[in-house]
Amino acid sequence: MNMVRNRAFALVTACCLLLIAGIASPQQASAQNFESALAGFAADSFGDTETAIGAVATSGNPLAVDVINALQEGRLLFNPADKKVYVRTAAGTINDAATGTPAADVKAGDLQTVRLNNRVRRGIDAAVGALTLLSPDAGKRMDAAKAVFKSREAGALKALDVAIAKETEPRVKRALVDARAAVILNTPTASKEENLEAISVIRERGDQEARSLLTNLSADSHDDIKRAAAAGVASIDASLQLWSAAQNMWYGLSLGSVLLLAAIGLAITFGVMGVINMAHGEMVMIGAYVTFAVQEVIRAYNPALFDISLVIAVPLAFLVTGCFGILIERTVIRFLYGRPLETLLATWGLSLIIQQAVRTAYGSSNKDVGSPSWMSGAFELGGLTITYNRLWIVCFTIFVFVALLGVLRLTRLGLEMRAVTQNRTMAASMGIATARIDALTFGLGSGVAGIAGVALSQIDNVSPNLGQSYIIDSFMVVVFGGVGNLWGTLVGAFTLGIANKFLEPYAGAVLGKIAILVLIILFIQKRPRGLFALKGRSVEA
Amino acid sequence: MADQKTTSAMLYINGVSVSFDGFRALNNLSFSVEPGEMRAIIGPNGAGKTTMMDVVTGKTRPDTGEVVFDGGVHDLTSLDETQIAELGIGRKFQKPTVFDMHTVDDNLRLALKADRRTRGTLFWKDSSEERDRLDIILKTIRLTPSRAAVAGSLSHGQKQWLEIGMLLAQEPKLMLIDEPVAGMTDAETKQTADLLREINRDRTIVVVEHDMTFVRDLGVRVICLHEGSVLAEGTIDQVSENERVVEVYLGR
Amino acid sequence: MTAPLTRTLDRGATIFLAICMGAAILVPILHLFVPPSSAFHVPVYLVALWGKYVCYALLALSIDLIWGYCGILSLGHGAFFALGGYAMGMYLMRQIGSRGVYGNSILPDFMVFLNYKALPWYWYGFDHFWFAAIMILLAPGLLAFCFGWLAFRSRVTGVYLSIITQAMTYALLLAFFRNDFGFGGNNGLTDFKDILGFNVQAQGTRLVLFSVSCIALALGFFICRAVITSKFGKVLVAIRDAESRTRFLGYRVENYKLFVFVLSACMAGVAGALYVPQVGIINPGEFAPASSIEAVIWVAVGGRGTLTGAALGALVVNYGKTYFTSGFLAPYWLFLLGALFVAVTQLLPRGIVGTWRYYMSKRREQQAADDAEAAVPPAPPPSATSLLARPAE
Repeated sequence: MNMVRNRAFALVTACCLLLIAGIASPQQASAQNFESALAGFAADSFGDTETAIGAVATSGNPLAVDVINALQEGRLLFNPADKKVYVRTAAGTINDAATGTPAADVKAGDLQTVRLNNRVRRGIDAAVGALTLLSPDAGKRMDAAKAVFKSREAGALKALDVAIAKETEPRVKRALVDARAAVILNTPTASKEENLEAISVIRERGDQEARSLLTNLSADSHDDIKRAAAAGVASIDASLQLWSAAQNMWYGLSLGSVLLLAAIGLAITFGVMGVINMAHGEMVMIGAYVTFAVQEVIRAYNPALFDISLVIAVPLAFLVTGCFGILIERTVIRFLYGRPLETLLATWGLSLIIQQAVRTAYGSSNKDVGSPSWMSGAFELGGLTITYNRLWIVCFTIFVFVALLGVLRLTRLGLEMRAVTQNRTMAASMGIATARIDALTFGLGSGVAGIAGVALSQIDNVSPNLGQSYIIDSFMVVVFGGVGNLWGTLVGAFTLGIANKFLEPYAGAVLGKIAILVLIILFIQKRPRGLFALKGRSVEA
Repeated sequence: MADQKTTSAMLYINGVSVSFDGFRALNNLSFSVEPGEMRAIIGPNGAGKTTMMDVVTGKTRPDTGEVVFDGGVHDLTSLDETQIAELGIGRKFQKPTVFDMHTVDDNLRLALKADRRTRGTLFWKDSSEERDRLDIILKTIRLTPSRAAVAGSLSHGQKQWLEIGMLLAQEPKLMLIDEPVAGMTDAETKQTADLLREINRDRTIVVVEHDMTFVRDLGVRVICLHEGSVLAEGTIDQVSENERVVEVYLGR
Repeated sequence: MTAPLTRTLDRGATIFLAICMGAAILVPILHLFVPPSSAFHVPVYLVALWGKYVCYALLALSIDLIWGYCGILSLGHGAFFALGGYAMGMYLMRQIGSRGVYGNSILPDFMVFLNYKALPWYWYGFDHFWFAAIMILLAPGLLAFCFGWLAFRSRVTGVYLSIITQAMTYALLLAFFRNDFGFGGNNGLTDFKDILGFNVQAQGTRLVLFSVSCIALALGFFICRAVITSKFGKVLVAIRDAESRTRFLGYRVENYKLFVFVLSACMAGVAGALYVPQVGIINPGEFAPASSIEAVIWVAVGGRGTLTGAALGALVVNYGKTYFTSGFLAPYWLFLLGALFVAVTQLLPRGIVGTWRYYMSKRREQQAADDAEAAVPPAPPPSATSLLARPAE
């Protein structure tokens, strides 16, 4: 306890001095202070090193930051013979710590590294924090505030007060206030009122760190403080729960968008032609392999284009799988109209052939499809962690959905497709070439599957089995959402995606999936034709 | 349902409305058919004739209104197709739907009034009584020579007759017949009218038909439907002289 | 009693039954009493192989009963097959007793390995054969009943039903893959020792199992024939061809479907139960949707709605599969299987037996027409479309 007090006292003094020095003291004095402070590092004792940190930090010398950083990174050296201190630069040369100029006549073999222990390291953290709290760079100030929040060094309090007063950026200011509150909670001398205020600040912060800060409050504090802390923990728990629900929601949306991408092509063909394309999953798989092929070509010929590989792959995959779909429709499916169950079997046969063909051509191992730089990484939004690739897939799905809506609503093809969906014979007698519409619809559905493959290549293994893992889920979306209405597919996909992710924490991934399947079977009790079913005389029971 | 008991009608339809996605197929439709009566229903395309049959046979549930059967005993809106068929309502479809893969005999046998439960059919045995009934029906619908033929191989007119035969075999109290003479020759049409009048001796019939000569041949009360409700009612002459009916049929 | 029997056993059916019973008797004789040097000797590996095919034939029969005659295309019949197999497998596991690797007399090896403390309740009773035998029928039957009751009551038909059945078997696949489900997880049940006190590996047992499978196939065939030739069967076909019309005739379509679906599931369960001791393993792979669809193609190849065709298709396709996957052609088997799906639906929609029957009936008709040329004016010639009409979906 005594040691802690001493250290705390030392740091408080150090930081106060630092600020005063940094703001007020004349250059001359600073240089002298700095040099004498440096000598402390050469004493080879942790206590002296600690004092020296405070002294260097308070010196106000522009070199202080370099010295402290070097100390932190184990690059601060001293000569035990003449007690002079040196900094080894990142480039490997050795500079005189006092002047920052290269020291020519020093042999590396004569020098020792200034040793560190945990106590010293904490001292360094606080010093760095204090040194950078006033940095002109907002990012650095933010980092410093976060560092102080973590270290909770009581000594940083004064520095924080000054920094808060000067801070103009609200984000940084918020972080500074949080840090100050954390420091106060860690200062045994702080008054009850100060503590309560700090607790309410921390409570507002509401994340995992804030929670652990409040739960770890010292046991001998005042009852009121304990009570406030407990209330704070409860409120943080509630908000954390909210955030975790939001995170689940996001995962659900992300899964839902994947399902939507995979299912929407299926829904279109099923709606217009009444056939289930069991080879739909293989179209998705082909789309993913197109992405792979595009990236291979780019790697071989022009690596600079890698970041736009997906932009190239999307239309290409659409074209390849679309043509493939038309080919399938013209050669196989068109002979099976009126026999939906046999279409199902025939397309299953096709899916076996396509899978095996890809396996023969590319092997059954997973292919490495890279992510462009703008799709890697993640960012935080409140308590949410959002990865860029998922975000892009959600956006892309929405884009594809809107585009398809547009095609169906605004184009001649869409009009004819809708007509055929609602009443095939009537459409035919109105002069719509239903055979052409069927082929184009199948091509469109397959093309969309190919696009889905491009997106899925970013989050899943690209192997010949890729399509199989999505096909049953896609069917469920179509069955659930109903046929003949894209909105049904949208609602179906997102409902299933979100329900899946919310069930997972309770039931586990597999049981969650089983529960979903059971729920769908129960759901079709109520609505055998899905959420958004067509009604009326044209629909034969 | 208090007024259910007050009606003596075989079929009593009151204030029935049905809409599909905003389109009103039936609009506050009301009429009733007395026991033993034959009633013809005419009307232009889309007047709601088939939807009316769908409602009566339980295929479509009305949004509002009541449909009661057999002197107000049964509320049809709460029953499904099978239950309604079991009560004794038979239906012939607009498009002849017979079981194409079965023989004429089997088609009729399936329709014969008998135990419809799974156990009954699983352990069913041929009986001379059943065969006699089949023979009579076959003779009535003039299909005795092709009784062993597959129904799918019959001509269109023969299929219509087979379906009427199936209706007879069901021995329903009420028969709903949708366009029985569509695609028939004049002679066949005439014979059909005779047949229906014959059947009408002990059964109530509602027949939907476009063919005006046929309806005239039947010589029964006529209802003209338009846009889902009754436009006119009376004898064929009264109805065809009705100004609004003429307007509807000939256009404005 | 004679009338229904003659109705059930027409010429084709009698021949089929005779072949089944003949195989049941002849194969063991050919194995036991014909010296191995003779061309007529049946080696034991062939007995095991064909025993497996016969079980597949029974599975195909069960699919044909619902698909060919009632228009219900189940893409999840493998689930019933596997459930029957698991019921048998559980019995066989309990028969291992303390001869397992861990020597635990109660718990099967995998449970010891997974740190089970006691036998899960749903394993109770499986040490008795009679209990397992009941379960072989009850487990698939009950699943089929619950599933069918929900699906048929809400009038899920056609492609929708196929997809839901596929989802059902997929859900079971996921469940049985789990170790904590108590059915051996990924590895399934294997290392069987005895069945009813006889060593499952012994050739005598194999011969008996083969004969029993043949008898089961014959029995299944007889039951199917009895069902489809009754009035019940006519109602089934009526439902297949015009479901709502059947409903308007006053038949409770869902009850008919449910009955035949449960019957079919029980048959598939028996097939699975006979299959397991002959191949020596049951694992979740049997639940894979792909295996169920493969079984459907056997029926399509042989000819649906013919029963004999279904059994024949199962034998032919599986013989082909064994032939191809054991040689250098193995990588091309999936191409061939895929092509089979496409070709059968496109070129041979009636299947082998269906096409044969169609051809024969055409010839008979031609002859009858030639004979009765002069007399009565002929009935309107059967239109090509109606005769070509395939069983509606």
